[in-house]
Amino acid sequence: METFQIIILLLDATFRIATPLILAALAGMFSERAGVVDIGLEGKMLGAAFAAAAVAAVSGSAWVGLGAGILTSIALSMLHAYACVTHKGNQVVSGMAINIVVAGLSPTLAYAWFSMGGQTPPLGGDARFKSIVLPYAETARDVPVIGYIYAELISNHNIIVYMAIAAVPICAWILYKTRFGLRVRAVGENPHAVDTAGISVDWLRYKALIMTGFLCGISGSYLSTAHGAGFIRDMTAGKGYLALAALIFGKWRPVPTLFACLLFAFTDAVQARLQGVELPIVGVIPVQFIQALPYILTVLLLAGFVGKAQPPKSIGEPYIKER
Amino acid sequence: MAGEQVKFGAPLKIPGWVNYALIPFINLVAALLISGIVILIIGDNPIEALHVLLYGAFGYPEAVGYTLYYTTNFIFTGLAVAIAFHCGLFNIGAEGQAALGGLGVGLICLNFDGLPLWIILPLAMLAAASFGAAWAYIPAYLQAKRGSHIVITTIMFNFIAASLMTYLLVEVLIDPNGQSPESRPIAETTWLPYFHDILSMPQTPLNLSFLYALILSAGFYFLIWHTRWGYEIRVVGQNETAARYAGISSSKNIILAMMISGALAGFVGINEIQGVHHRLILDFTGGYGFAGIAVALMGRNHPIGIFVAALLFGALYQGGSELAFEMKSVNKEIVIVIQGLIILFSGALEHMFRPKIEAAYRRLARARTVEAG
Amino acid sequence: MSEQSPALELRRINKSFGPVHANKDISLSVDRGTIHGIVGENGAGKSTLMSIVYGFYQADSGDILVNGKTCRIENPQSSIEAGIGMVHQHFMLVDTFTVLENIILGIEGGYRLKEGLSAARKELVRLEKEYALEVDVDAIVGDLPVGLRQRVEILKALYRGAEILILDEPTGVLTPQEADHLFRILDTLREQGKTVILITHKLREIMAITDNVSVMRRGEMVAHVRTGDTSQAALAELMVGRSVLLHVEKETAAPKETLLAIRNLNYVDIDSVPRLKNINLDLRAGEILGIAGVSGNGQSELLEVLGGMLAPTSGSIKFKGQELVGNKTFTARNLRKIGLGHVPEDRHRSGLVLPFSANECSILGYHDKPEYNRGLQLDRNSMVETCNTYIEKYDVRPPDPYLKASGFSGGNQQKLVLAREMEQNPDVLLVGQPTRGVDIGAIEFIHKQLIKMRDAGKAILVVSVEIEEVMSLADRIAVMFDGGIVGELPAAEATETQLGLMMTGVREPKSDAKATI
Repeated sequence: METFQIIILLLDATFRIATPLILAALAGMFSERAGVVDIGLEGKMLGAAFAAAAVAAVSGSAWVGLGAGILTSIALSMLHAYACVTHKGNQVVSGMAINIVVAGLSPTLAYAWFSMGGQTPPLGGDARFKSIVLPYAETARDVPVIGYIYAELISNHNIIVYMAIAAVPICAWILYKTRFGLRVRAVGENPHAVDTAGISVDWLRYKALIMTGFLCGISGSYLSTAHGAGFIRDMTAGKGYLALAALIFGKWRPVPTLFACLLFAFTDAVQARLQGVELPIVGVIPVQFIQALPYILTVLLLAGFVGKAQPPKSIGEPYIKER
Repeated sequence: MAGEQVKFGAPLKIPGWVNYALIPFINLVAALLISGIVILIIGDNPIEALHVLLYGAFGYPEAVGYTLYYTTNFIFTGLAVAIAFHCGLFNIGAEGQAALGGLGVGLICLNFDGLPLWIILPLAMLAAASFGAAWAYIPAYLQAKRGSHIVITTIMFNFIAASLMTYLLVEVLIDPNGQSPESRPIAETTWLPYFHDILSMPQTPLNLSFLYALILSAGFYFLIWHTRWGYEIRVVGQNETAARYAGISSSKNIILAMMISGALAGFVGINEIQGVHHRLILDFTGGYGFAGIAVALMGRNHPIGIFVAALLFGALYQGGSELAFEMKSVNKEIVIVIQGLIILFSGALEHMFRPKIEAAYRRLARARTVEAG
Repeated sequence: MSEQSPALELRRINKSFGPVHANKDISLSVDRGTIHGIVGENGAGKSTLMSIVYGFYQADSGDILVNGKTCRIENPQSSIEAGIGMVHQHFMLVDTFTVLENIILGIEGGYRLKEGLSAARKELVRLEKEYALEVDVDAIVGDLPVGLRQRVEILKALYRGAEILILDEPTGVLTPQEADHLFRILDTLREQGKTVILITHKLREIMAITDNVSVMRRGEMVAHVRTGDTSQAALAELMVGRSVLLHVEKETAAPKETLLAIRNLNYVDIDSVPRLKNINLDLRAGEILGIAGVSGNGQSELLEVLGGMLAPTSGSIKFKGQELVGNKTFTARNLRKIGLGHVPEDRHRSGLVLPFSANECSILGYHDKPEYNRGLQLDRNSMVETCNTYIEKYDVRPPDPYLKASGFSGGNQQKLVLAREMEQNPDVLLVGQPTRGVDIGAIEFIHKQLIKMRDAGKAILVVSVEIEEVMSLADRIAVMFDGGIVGELPAAEATETQLGLMMTGVREPKSDAKATI
């Protein structure tokens, strides 16, 4: 029972850690499948985290905060589109610029508006998303195995965790089963084909980037209004880049990306537990090694040593009609 | 036929000052304007903020020392990003390469502190360069030989570097008498001399590495425009088919440019570890690697431009810390906003202003010639 | 009214790209239910014209009439609505999609794909049967051979209700068998009342399949004829035209030893398309060997292989008796060192680095020679000096060694490249399109320089799509077609008609052509 409990708790933590990664990676999926590199996930998340916490603190409603987070993230995403689609700017530079602007702007505004050293006030009550106890969770707890799993692992998460899980099939459906998804996948592979089919490449990429902004907004809001209780400076701490790595590791596909996020989140959850624990054969594994593992795996994948990641063919190139 | 579409419809040459001074200046003004609006929004006076910032950066000798100390780092990372740009590569990994460079410096200073400075210094420089270069080599090799996108791999290598440094400072190099993740101090004999040791000026972190950065800037200029290696790097960066035509190996030059880039970034370690902190600490790179992107973009990959941009950023960093004391609601982070906006305007949105400015210049120039004629 | 009106009519279409007038006053009338060929060399403006019809570009002036009615075609969407479909030279397909997904892209019918896909599946079964266009609609396009991909493009157009189908160089990527199959398909389309416009530079195809043919040359429409009333030779002459080339004064060549011997040379590109097939050529000191041919028949690849830019798949190249293939020193850099110069076909793509100054460009490929280096340093003075010598000797204007290469006109850029390669005094010089985009005065100069070099005992290989240029420059002419050498003959015996025929792949020139000498 001891090991079983540990495993369940680990998985429970995995879900919590994976939630923002899943949402951000799916966000990146829309942008990158449409052919626009998005290293600005980090900035959009951070911007959303700040906006959501700030608005939630003022309005007292987590939902209003979430709305603000989403809007902020979409606005940043539109800036990216304006630079990269309209003005055909360098997509990497644009993403970088957004990350840095937000990294500066969010603590600046937090400091000015709340005078708490670059944080927002701690959120409580309705200003924060609370855990939802699913029906009969507490009664079921005593049922061996299944009941415990239900109560501990499946129940007792906040709404955004469930949203993230639901987002995977929804995004997969959008990408593979709808007109919009078909066009997004087409424009990332061959924008010329889209153009000659009578579809506006630019407008399509704008729409894809709105999706990116939307999902990234939820992801960022989760950090400050659901997982945490308020905004702290640099609270994304590289999660946007980790999501990007998960997206690449998942080969730009929704379900493998989900598993990549879970894998990365699991290593994080394990890492917290393994501090100084002596394992058989290998001995103590340095925590930092486990932390770096997702990045090492992604590099190995990119180098073609573990499988082969085939990015969308037109990614990174602004669309210019050829002669 | 396809090759014939040159635009010699616009024969008027755009002079260098438009390209290297006017356009960066306009980008800077745009970034400052938006930051000014931010300051207005948070309820302070932007003009006053600018005043405080400038005074904080240049207003008294101590400030100048601090400004130049920051400038030193920006020169190193700006040059690092620029040489990669010259080869058509985007090196986002200067941050990690700088961290590794610092590790190299630290290892030399910790292990050979019995040696005199004139032996230690070249050794430390060599270590900074080779550690930084080695860290850049892997992404470069993967780009050149296996086609892995260097932007993504260098980002990943920043995180891997951060983990590596944490591991080493927590588990291996940690000062046995201390609690925090940092090494023991290095012997005073290995310290890089401060400017205030030599000149009569107030105590500041400004040290000899500033001069070294200037020397490297000259070396950079020489390498890029006055040697056959720089020539090859630029051919590869501008036109890979022409490189193939001329028998210039792209992969060799990609690796070479990235290793030089990593070495340049690694020298941040000389300034920070051997010059200022005098021990290995975590996060001494403090975002200089990322700022190097802004410096290179704004400096248009030319050492003089990079020096000016680095000085600007040095002033922003130093003046920014003054803001927090002097102003009600403005603090140091506004500097990062300006930095991001500069990257936005001079990088991502470069196609927004440039054609308009060039067209305006042409109109003016034509009007003038017509008048003269 | 619409019974008589042509399916497509173009009236005085003009289009310029900057200073390049790609289409000059083009008028064209295509009858319903016919296959109409448009021929012309690469760069004659055919593709631009068709891109205007398809709404990819807007004409600067002129009208497009579909079924007798003026049509404003602003984008591909409005062109599709007017019943025009286009099969592009480079397929506009998404390789990772299935055939079905590719076909419905843009006309999915509702936000959910399911209905659209099943409706399309039914409709395609009908179309495939009607036009004999069998394709597995669930196959991934990237896995299909080129011939089938093209069929997908045709289906795509038909599914959109195209009545007029434009095919841009459709056989460029096809095997002869696939091409024959395509022609059968086009035949069926014509029988079903569709109008087909076939753009090509291959005259055999025009003769084989079209009803009418229009000829374009340098952006102008030079002839409209019924296919039945013309011949390949006549079309070839119209296509190439009589350029204003001046006759080149030259002595009879006195060829000496063979400097470059090419045997059974093959090159297969990364898409496994054979580009060079069993090339055998000898290049001797003191002669100019001209390679004639319609562009795209392997000349570019031949130059790039000989210049060390592409590795040949098999065969042998002996340079002054020394084998190059399989040798480690077979690189562009080493070839220059042992005396092989190369003026590439496309100076923008490879001959120059456009953002570089003229003096930097004047050492490209020779930048590690001792005369341009002083120890570690590039000798800027000697670079500028060299450039100034070139500028003076080749009359490059403006005479500014610091001007960026992009700031020179095409002719002056070409002179810079020629000067660089010729002044290194190589034993063998490869020249691709020596006078493409060069004004008349410069053409004469360039030709004289080449002759002078020949008379100095050098071996020169000239590749040109200008038939007159090859005839007036070369001592011997080899004609390339479809990656192979069709034949070789002394320039003195060659006639334009005969070369024109060989350029279309006819191996044995007719005897009456010879009789006209």
